[in-house]
Amino acid sequence: MNAIDKTKPAEEKRSRYSAGVMEYRKMGYWQPDYEPKDTDVIAVFRITPQDGVDEIEASAAVAGESSTATWTVVWTDRLTACDKYRAKCYRVDPVPNAPGSWFAYIAYDLDLFEPGSIANLSASIIGNVFGFKPLKALRLEDMRLPVAYVKTFDGPATGIVVERERLDKFGRPLLGATVKPKLGLSGRNYGRVVYEALKGGLDFTKDDENINSQPFMHWRDRFLYCMEAVNKAQAGTGEVKGTYLNITAATMEDMYERAEFAKSLGSSIVMIDLIIGYTAIQSMAKWARRNDMILHLHRAGHSTYTRQKSHGVSFRVITKWMRLAGVDHIHAGTVVGKLEGDPHTTKGYYDLCREDFVPQNLAHGIFFDQDWASTRKLMPVASGGIHAGQMHQLIDLLGEDVVLQFGGGTIGHPMGIQAGATANRVALEAMILARNEGRDLLNEGPEILKDAARHCLPLKQALETWKDVTFNYSSTDTPDFVPQATAAE
Amino acid sequence: MRLTQGAFSFLPDLTDEQITRQVQYCIDKGWAVNIEFTDDPHPRNTYWELWGQPMFDVPDAAGVMFELNECRKVYGGRQYIRLSAFDATHTWESLRLSFITDRPAEEPGFALERQEIDGRSIRYTTRAYAANRPEGARY
Repeated sequence: MNAIDKTKPAEEKRSRYSAGVMEYRKMGYWQPDYEPKDTDVIAVFRITPQDGVDEIEASAAVAGESSTATWTVVWTDRLTACDKYRAKCYRVDPVPNAPGSWFAYIAYDLDLFEPGSIANLSASIIGNVFGFKPLKALRLEDMRLPVAYVKTFDGPATGIVVERERLDKFGRPLLGATVKPKLGLSGRNYGRVVYEALKGGLDFTKDDENINSQPFMHWRDRFLYCMEAVNKAQAGTGEVKGTYLNITAATMEDMYERAEFAKSLGSSIVMIDLIIGYTAIQSMAKWARRNDMILHLHRAGHSTYTRQKSHGVSFRVITKWMRLAGVDHIHAGTVVGKLEGDPHTTKGYYDLCREDFVPQNLAHGIFFDQDWASTRKLMPVASGGIHAGQMHQLIDLLGEDVVLQFGGGTIGHPMGIQAGATANRVALEAMILARNEGRDLLNEGPEILKDAARHCLPLKQALETWKDVTFNYSSTDTPDFVPQATAAE
Repeated sequence: MRLTQGAFSFLPDLTDEQITRQVQYCIDKGWAVNIEFTDDPHPRNTYWELWGQPMFDVPDAAGVMFELNECRKVYGGRQYIRLSAFDATHTWESLRLSFITDRPAEEPGFALERQEIDGRSIRYTTRAYAANRPEGARY
C-alpha cells in the first residue's frame, strides 16, 4: 500500500501531476481501502465543513494539508516517494447526534515525524489545517501513537512509581494545596502558608500558574522561604514534604537558572506551565531527568483550545503529548470541582496518564487502543474547588494514584491552615482505610467521614463549613458516540 | 510529636482487627506483605530492618498477624514497626501500601539544623533526637 506504485499506467500518473488544481480526494489523500500499518500515527479529527463542502473532500483536504499537499498540483512531488508521505484519510463517519460534522480518520507514515519531538508532531498535525477556509471548525479528537514512535521519547522524568518511592508514600492519594491568595503575598508570608499546610498534614504545596517573579515577591525570595518551610515541616512530622516551585519564566535561560537554584536548595520538585510551549517543556523534562527532579505541569491556558467540542484540540491529545514529553504531574480534572470535567471524559484522561495499555473506549472518548510500551506513568492532579466532604467521591472517581489539591479547602478552614490540612488528611486516610476494608464508598462515604470527624475536630468543622458546596453544571466537552453504531471497529 | 509516615498515621492507632483487614486486602490483591522495624525513623531512612522475608505465599492474614506479634515481642514499644505490601506487576514492581502498626512509647521527634552558606542559602539537616544514642538503645 505504501510502496511507490510502479504499476499505474504512465498516462494515469501524467494526468495526476499535470499543472492545475485537483480535488484532494483525487490526489491520493482519500483511500477508503487503506489499512493503517502498526507503525502509522493515526489522528481522528472532528470536521465541520462549510455548507456545500463534501465531507470526504473536506477530510481529504485535512489529510493533504497536514502532510504533503498544497492548494495546487506540484510536479516536485515526483522527486519524492510521495505515495508514502501522503497522509491517507481512510474513514469518515458522521458524528452521532451532530448533523453536519464528521469524524475523519487519517493515517500518517512514521517517516513524516522527527523522533522524540512534540514540536514536530504538533506542527505536522495541527500546524496548518485549523484555519483552512473550507472548514467551519476542526477538532483533533484523539491520536494513536505507535509504539515505534512512543519509544523515541523519554517519557516522564520520574513517573508515579519512582515518585512514590522517593517520597516514601504508598497506598493513598497525595495531598496538596495551592497557596492562596495567589497574588500579593510577600515571600515571608507565602512561606508561612506553605509551612502551616505541610505541618498540618499535606504532602505538597504549590505555586499557582501565575506566580513567577512579581514586584511583591521576587522568585529567589519565594524559593528560600518555601524551602525553610518545607524543611521545618519535614522535621516537625518526620515525613517527606515538598513544594512545587514554579520556574516558569520569560526565557529558557531564566528557567534553567531558577531550576538550578531550586535544586541547590534541596527541592524535590519544580513546576512549569503549559504556556511555556512544547519545546520548553521537553527541555525542562530532560533537565528534570538529569537532576532527579519531579516535574509538575500546570495546564495553564489549555481551555482556550480544549473545551469546545467543535474546534481545537482535545485534552486527551495534550495528555498523550505530555506523557511523551516527560512531565511527571499533569492537572487532569476533578469531575466534582469548579472546573470543566465530564466524568467519562476525565476517566479517559486518567487512564491515558496511568495505564500501560489503554484499550479503545468510546464512552470515555478513547478512539484507539494505546500501547505505552512501559513509558513511565504520569501522575494526574485533581485541583480546583474540591473539599474534604467530597473525599469518598474523589477516591471513587479518581482512584489512589492522584494528587488531590485542596487550595481553598485547606487555607479557607475556619480554624486555620493547619486545621484545614489535618481535616483533609484525616478524611483521606479514613476513606482509604474504609475502601480497603471493602466498604461501599459512594453509599457509606458521608457516614465514614462523620465517624472520622468524631476524633478530629478540624474535619468536623470542615464538613460543616463546606457541606453544601457543589459545582453541578453540565459539561461542554463530552464524548459523542453511539454504542455499536459508529466509530467502533 | 507523632511520626506521620505511612498511610494511616493521622488516624488513631489501628487495632489488630483493623490491621488484619488491611493485610487481607493486600493478600487478596496478590501482594507480598512485609514486616519492617527501625529505631531510626529519619524521613529518608528507606531501609528499615526486615523481620524475616517478605511473605509471598501466605494464604490469609492470620499468618502475617502471627509474625507481627512475634516481632512485637522483641521490638514492641521500643521501635517503630510497619507493614508494607509489594506488588510485582509489570510497570509497578514496588510497594502498594505502607503503614505503621507500632510506635515507641515516646516519640521525641527531630531537630532541624541550619548551616548558613553562601548568599542567603541554608543547608538543612534533619536529625532524630533519639539517634544520638546507639542503635538499639534509642527509645
